[in-house]
Amino acid sequence: MSAAENFPCFSIVLCMAAGILSTPMKGKQAKWVTLSVVTLVSLLSAGTLLHVLSTGSSFVYTMGKYPAPWGNEIRAGVLEALLATVFSLVMLFSLMGGMDHLFRNIDERKINLYFILADLLLSSLLAIIYTNDLFTGYVFVEINTIAACGMIMIRGSGRSLLAAARYMVMSLIGSGLFLIGLAMLYDITGHLLMENAHEAMERLVQADAYSVPLLVIISFITVGLAIKSGLYPFHSWMPDAYGHSTISSSSILSSLVSKSYIILLIKIFYRVIGFENIVDSKIVNVLFVFGLVGMVMGSVSAIMAKDVYKMIAYSSIAQIGYVYMGIGLGTEAGMVAAIFHILTHAITKSLLFLSAKGLIDASGRKRAFAALQGSAFRNPLAGAAFLTGSLSMVGIPMLAGFISKLLFAMAALGAGPGKVLVTLVVLAVSTILNAVYFLHTVVRMYTPVGAPEGCRGIHLHPSAGTACALLCLILLNFVMGLMSQPVTDLIQFGIGMFA
Amino acid sequence: MGPNLLVNMDEVAAVILFGIGFTTLLLHRNMIKKIIGLNIMDTAVYLFLAAMGYVDGRMAPIVENGVTDVEAYINPIPSGLVLTGIVVSVSVTALMLALTIRLYRKYHSLDLDEILIRIQKEEQR
Repeated sequence: MSAAENFPCFSIVLCMAAGILSTPMKGKQAKWVTLSVVTLVSLLSAGTLLHVLSTGSSFVYTMGKYPAPWGNEIRAGVLEALLATVFSLVMLFSLMGGMDHLFRNIDERKINLYFILADLLLSSLLAIIYTNDLFTGYVFVEINTIAACGMIMIRGSGRSLLAAARYMVMSLIGSGLFLIGLAMLYDITGHLLMENAHEAMERLVQADAYSVPLLVIISFITVGLAIKSGLYPFHSWMPDAYGHSTISSSSILSSLVSKSYIILLIKIFYRVIGFENIVDSKIVNVLFVFGLVGMVMGSVSAIMAKDVYKMIAYSSIAQIGYVYMGIGLGTEAGMVAAIFHILTHAITKSLLFLSAKGLIDASGRKRAFAALQGSAFRNPLAGAAFLTGSLSMVGIPMLAGFISKLLFAMAALGAGPGKVLVTLVVLAVSTILNAVYFLHTVVRMYTPVGAPEGCRGIHLHPSAGTACALLCLILLNFVMGLMSQPVTDLIQFGIGMFA
Repeated sequence: MGPNLLVNMDEVAAVILFGIGFTTLLLHRNMIKKIIGLNIMDTAVYLFLAAMGYVDGRMAPIVENGVTDVEAYINPIPSGLVLTGIVVSVSVTALMLALTIRLYRKYHSLDLDEILIRIQKEEQR
């Protein structure tokens, strides 16, 4: 066994240990502990990725002394390692980019609590990505929810408390459905480890037994995780939760937390139920329809939003719609596009939130669009970052967003005959709507006249951490846009390893 | 269908309870009732698991009087899952109650819509 095979387990345990260590610390110390642990975890995840690529196969790590089918396992393949690397990097940049906001927004005595939550969140994200056991998946989904709720409510304003309450209610409804789905799945397969459950499932499908319970299970698990990730009709908590929490939380929640549930769903689709059975069950068509509606309705709400955070939050709803649309195509190309878009959206949405914060700081901390007039001149780096993020979300070539739109369009061409036209049309409409609200904001930022009173002559230089985070995220966007082929190859390779 | 419902009475009860808890959590505006709904929903899942894991005439999976025959005991895993699930639902309930207390101290109401109205009023001032 190579040393690299310990890395996934180490990174999960490291994050938890950092959370425990931060408990008695002051805010500043906790900050350094957390930042160094998150950096270390990104390095470990990259190491895992290199190891898996060099051996060319996934590996299973037994937790505790009991082997399968009784024990608990971690499994790492190319896709898991890639996701863990990108997620921990985005987490690092989100924390760095929002650091000054964090110390300003949160009571000094509570800052170390924020870092504990961040550590806990990262460990649960990693556990969801790596786990090979269904019930462990459920437990970490709940830990993820609790940590995310803490990150929303820690600001302590009335709005953020209400947003946290709403977020909790929707999340708990989702996890309730997911839990009863898992309980039923365990009842008909008799296993909790994904491989063993999959074998039992194949036997059941071949014997054509339990077809109605299977359908119920698939719908419960899918709907539960879709509610938790904020698919269109269940999105009501999203704008408030993202709009009223401190900026690192908004960035982490929108780019990582809602994605982790989608990843768990994809894992269950491939590794437990089997993708052919999912396609046969027609549940993908349901996801497809809701994804399409979400793409349009999210963008329409974003156009009508009154402040820039809300606009970015509504845009997240549209992007989640894109991801589910890709899954709903029911082909492997669609799945590759969806996973690529998960990565794209993670790096772009965090960039947008962090740069929007810079622009608002340069406009007397007012969020209304009118106050943002000319703000890109007052904070040039944030302006450039917002421009890059917007162009990427709209889908301008050279940026990551273009590649995911291209992949979606190409995947649509290979999908069933009923889906081709409707996907392409909705993709085009949604792109135009994206362009309307993002470019409208960009033009406003770059309009030199009419800065509001008290903001003239301000020239804001972001702190070193923020600048570094913004530059790295811009760079990542260009890398994903210009060198997309290796990334899509990795995703394809990783999906191949799932089966 | 009829006889199946009777044989699986516990599971039927669990699913009905799940539905009651689910709708309470989703539709009630009062935070405390939402939390009660959450607990009914979670408990229903535990009832479902426990009922599925129970085999008539067998003992709890604790070795007694030196009997090591597998046939003598029920499957311990569903019970283990129920225990884990209880831990999760306790912590989630505690978090929800903490949130409720903070909202109540600030806005003197348990009704989510009422709280929203009061927040809006506060912002307009």
